[in-house]
Amino acid sequence: MAQTVQSAATTATTETQPDVELRQVFKTFGADTAVRQLDLVVQPGEFFSILGPSGCGKTTTLRLIAGFETPSAGEVLIQGTSVSTVPAHRRPVNTVFQSYALFDHMTVKDNIAFGLKIRRLGTAQVRDRVAEALRLVRMETMANRYPAQLSGGQQQRVALARALVNRPAVMLLDEPLGALDQKLRKQMQVELANLHRQLGITFILVTHDQEEALSLSGRIAVMNNGQIEQIGTPSDIYDRPRTPFVADFIGDTNLLPGRVDQTYPAQVQVTTESGLRVLAQSTQSPRPTVQNVVVSVRPEKINLSLSAPGSGGNCYQGQVSHLMYLGTHLHCVVRLSSGEALTVRQPNRAEGAITVDTPVYVHWTADDCLVLNAA
Amino acid sequence: MTPVPSPLRPWADRFAPRRWLGPVALLGPGGVWLLLLLVLPTLLILEISLVPGLRLGQPSGGYGLGNYLQILQPVYLRVIGRSLAFALGSTVLCLLLGFPVAYWLALMSPQRWRNLLLVGFILPLWTSSLLRAYAWAAILRPSGVLNTILTAVGLPTQNWLNTPTAVFIGLTYSFLPYMVLILYASLEKLDTRLLEAAADLGATPSQGFWKITVPQTLPGIAAGCLLVFISTLGDFVVPTLLGGASSMNISRLIYNQFLGPTRAWGFGSALSMVLILAVSLAIALLLRYGDKRSVSET
Repeated sequence: MAQTVQSAATTATTETQPDVELRQVFKTFGADTAVRQLDLVVQPGEFFSILGPSGCGKTTTLRLIAGFETPSAGEVLIQGTSVSTVPAHRRPVNTVFQSYALFDHMTVKDNIAFGLKIRRLGTAQVRDRVAEALRLVRMETMANRYPAQLSGGQQQRVALARALVNRPAVMLLDEPLGALDQKLRKQMQVELANLHRQLGITFILVTHDQEEALSLSGRIAVMNNGQIEQIGTPSDIYDRPRTPFVADFIGDTNLLPGRVDQTYPAQVQVTTESGLRVLAQSTQSPRPTVQNVVVSVRPEKINLSLSAPGSGGNCYQGQVSHLMYLGTHLHCVVRLSSGEALTVRQPNRAEGAITVDTPVYVHWTADDCLVLNAA
Repeated sequence: MTPVPSPLRPWADRFAPRRWLGPVALLGPGGVWLLLLLVLPTLLILEISLVPGLRLGQPSGGYGLGNYLQILQPVYLRVIGRSLAFALGSTVLCLLLGFPVAYWLALMSPQRWRNLLLVGFILPLWTSSLLRAYAWAAILRPSGVLNTILTAVGLPTQNWLNTPTAVFIGLTYSFLPYMVLILYASLEKLDTRLLEAAADLGATPSQGFWKITVPQTLPGIAAGCLLVFISTLGDFVVPTLLGGASSMNISRLIYNQFLGPTRAWGFGSALSMVLILAVSLAIALLLRYGDKRSVSET
């Protein structure tokens, strides 16, 4: 599914206008800047996620699109029209709130019919569309219940149905699965993906759960401190992070700060503060030497062996200082003789014999680590 | 087997064998108080009301419904009708005047001033209702403050004292703070995210108000209206001091039966029973229909 969405998005850039566009948007609350200089383009039909830690401005961004906040500077466009001064009730978007915000004095059916009745649709049409929405979220039997009589997952479905029954141009989802337990969340993720495919509407999802963003989205914007750090496909974000923050926030990584002292085509040699020399791939144009950089190595890309491996790549000696048995994996911390501590994730194979204090070699190829500009 | 001590019932282990002792100890003092000063007097009034033509100091006949039938005379029905009109009218006025104030206090006023503003609103309640009624009499008198101001700005003077208008003004003034307090408590708990959700679904601010704010605060609206209705229905001070002869209401009528020249205790008791019944009915209606959600969940 992710592939079709991506290709749809890439063709869309050339043909149609974007569904949502933010241009140089700022939002300040008193002395605090929640969102600064935000540029964002979401194409029709995309499943777009805004990912970041709490307080990074992702919910404010969503509220700017929904119309609950007005930008302090910049412009918000929906389907090519500037909506910066258009109130929420006249925007063609619908929101699924983190708290669900269901109307507890109305039944499930009336909650879902609310938007349709406001738009004065005929009784028969309202009934049909509510029934269709109930079917989509598989809540047909709950139509006459009150929200207080539903479980968290059921309330979540009603909130979804209440938004999508209006057939909005864009669905905005604010941490919609945040209040659900792990198992239910996984299940609802699948349902969200199915709904998106069936309806073909643009989804914008705000989440702090990187796994959720990676598994659902066509594209992800990673936010930090009110700014976008990187926008890209899940594999762009995970395999080719552009900043140390993105590398660290998405998945686990080892960050080794240092300076560039040799530049090769597509590779650089970095000397870390402790004197470790690391060869890393460089996705950016040739760097001037002595630039402050950070080398990022994912724990699962590091190999661990008891004897010295063959030549090539990066190889260092060290000692296992921590060992955690995780069933499918071993999670070790290896302290190098130069002083750095590296997190290493090893598949649980029966070659055994690794315990705390075992002297080991860690090695990885230059292609398995990235050099990033220091923040 | 010793029962597990509950933090709610610290005396539980001491009286564990006799579980009824806890409730009795808690309810006893208040219960006795209510029994002696509310239930017994009410029963006494009920009995007196069933003796037709009972007058203080005169021998009485047997029991009968004569006192109640007397109420059905047009002159008395008019008094009851007027009492209901005073109560309903001032309840509606309190709601119309109080809701915007409570709304502003709960949702729009600056947070740091909110408590101070509330106290300011309740402040009049700390003076005697009698004094406040006298103050209104001074304002509404033909040569009073109101007419002085009206004359000063060139408007015709009004002779409102001793008219039903003065009763409405006095009752609304007296009970507005209660209405505001109750509505405030209800509006303060309003989840404003629901209003965002309504706007998100296309509701204009006024649609959001009628479809979300009002239903969400309906229990508070009902409680406030009921309190004002009950209080104004039986109010004695305001109709007596501000209403004059034209504003005879049920409590003044009852007063006249007991302490006036006729000393018709039987008729007065029957009127009292009708008032008690009307108030109880209003409370029963509120309990039954006041909060739709609590009803539907059971």
